[in-house]
Amino acid sequence: MAEPMLENDQPLLVADALGKSYGRIAACRDVSFALYPGEVLAIVGESGSGKSTLLQLLSGQLAASSGCVSYRMRDGVTRDLATLGEAERRFLFRTDWGYVHQDPAQGLRMAVSAGANVGERLMAVGWNHYGRIRDTASNWLERVEIDVARIDDAPRTYSGGMRQRLQIARNLVTEPRLVFMDEPTGGLDVSVQARLLDLLRNLVAELHLAVIIVTHDLAVARLLSHRVMVMKGGRVIETGLTDQVLDDPREPYTQLLVSSILPP
Amino acid sequence: MTAMIDVADAQKTFTMHLQGGVELPVVRGVTFHVNPGECVVLSGPSGAGKSSILKMIFGNYRCDGGRIGIRHRGALIDLASAEPRQILNVRRDTIGYVSQFLRAVPRVATVDVVAEPLIASGVARPEAQQRAGALLHRLNIPERLWQLPPATFSGGEQQRVNIARGFIPELPILLLDEPTASLDAANRAVVVELIAEKKHHGVAMVAIVHDDEIRHLIADRIVDVTSFAAAA
Repeated sequence: MAEPMLENDQPLLVADALGKSYGRIAACRDVSFALYPGEVLAIVGESGSGKSTLLQLLSGQLAASSGCVSYRMRDGVTRDLATLGEAERRFLFRTDWGYVHQDPAQGLRMAVSAGANVGERLMAVGWNHYGRIRDTASNWLERVEIDVARIDDAPRTYSGGMRQRLQIARNLVTEPRLVFMDEPTGGLDVSVQARLLDLLRNLVAELHLAVIIVTHDLAVARLLSHRVMVMKGGRVIETGLTDQVLDDPREPYTQLLVSSILPP
Repeated sequence: MTAMIDVADAQKTFTMHLQGGVELPVVRGVTFHVNPGECVVLSGPSGAGKSSILKMIFGNYRCDGGRIGIRHRGALIDLASAEPRQILNVRRDTIGYVSQFLRAVPRVATVDVVAEPLIASGVARPEAQQRAGALLHRLNIPERLWQLPPATFSGGEQQRVNIARGFIPELPILLLDEPTASLDAANRAVVVELIAEKKHHGVAMVAIVHDDEIRHLIADRIVDVTSFAAAA
């Protein structure tokens, strides 16, 4: 993963002392980091570690109890997500952001055609020429290795791996700069996972995407990410360059996670 | 002459939390430098910490003390305290690393595995693939294998693919961890030649080699790692 990164560029997204509590229970505490264009950050940890809560806070789907998230918009102005109106936030989600759910059924409309699933994002940003929308949708199906002959079929007729690739095409068609991914290889067979990871890895590098990916699978983190944050009990307990954290883990919990991987 | 690598008093200890917090000292007081066009070979018995030192210079292992000075785009950067982003930049533009084993992604063709570092540094795909082919050819990987992923290749073939991938970018620093370990005499000679060419281009290298003959052929200087042994 060596996509060129400019040295003097500005961060795309900054989390500052971010936290979320439910009454006396802190789901996520004091998380701070900066994400740069083209950078892939993996958030790893077991279920209940707070990583999914953190992803929802970062993507503005959940209001923070403390701290803030700021994002550099396409016009170059950095905004605090909490100050965006609902319409602005939804527009951001349809254009400059993507969100890949673990379950493709949550990110797709299962009863409409694959072409419409991809085209819908384009129409939402003002495209109205049917032929161009269909061409762009076919092009994206090819890029995610779906047979274009299946463009008029609904994703409920697709296999799990195809659905996940379609969800990725739907997200990337508007050329977002930042994509959130929640366990994108979660429910898939191992061979299907490998293909999806390879595809994601190439797309991320080609499109110079910034990605925040939540995963419990350290092999996924190693393959896709530049940096990792290890979470436990709602806190970030260790962070650094991915190969450094995985090859030379410092914290007891990280050492436990790394030593729990079965050898290939 | 300005050194490309300037390591001063570097040290490393592993703390094994799962084994009751046992402290495993690896090296301490590691001090040496490498000039452009020079190949320094680390010597010492297995377990003396040679690979660990190489990994510290690459930023793969963290450094508990001291300095790992790297000349990157004309300025000195201390990798022991650098941010992850800086380390990634240093790896892209300055330091290459040839490990003992190829860690390849399934499905990627051999020629692309080798061309990838060039493409990442901005070289156009056709040119990168052409240069990758030329290097694979020199390392005696037959052209009929270039479009196949290297996962099913023999150990020696995989190592040669790995060497091609490591030698292809024109980086000013190259770290070599037993690059000739499972190669036959003909291919060992090619690697010796490649190292000589890198020296000629002013590349600073640190190598680990167990073969006395190869060491004799490539080493400009030998640094004995046993003097950095951490166990008192």
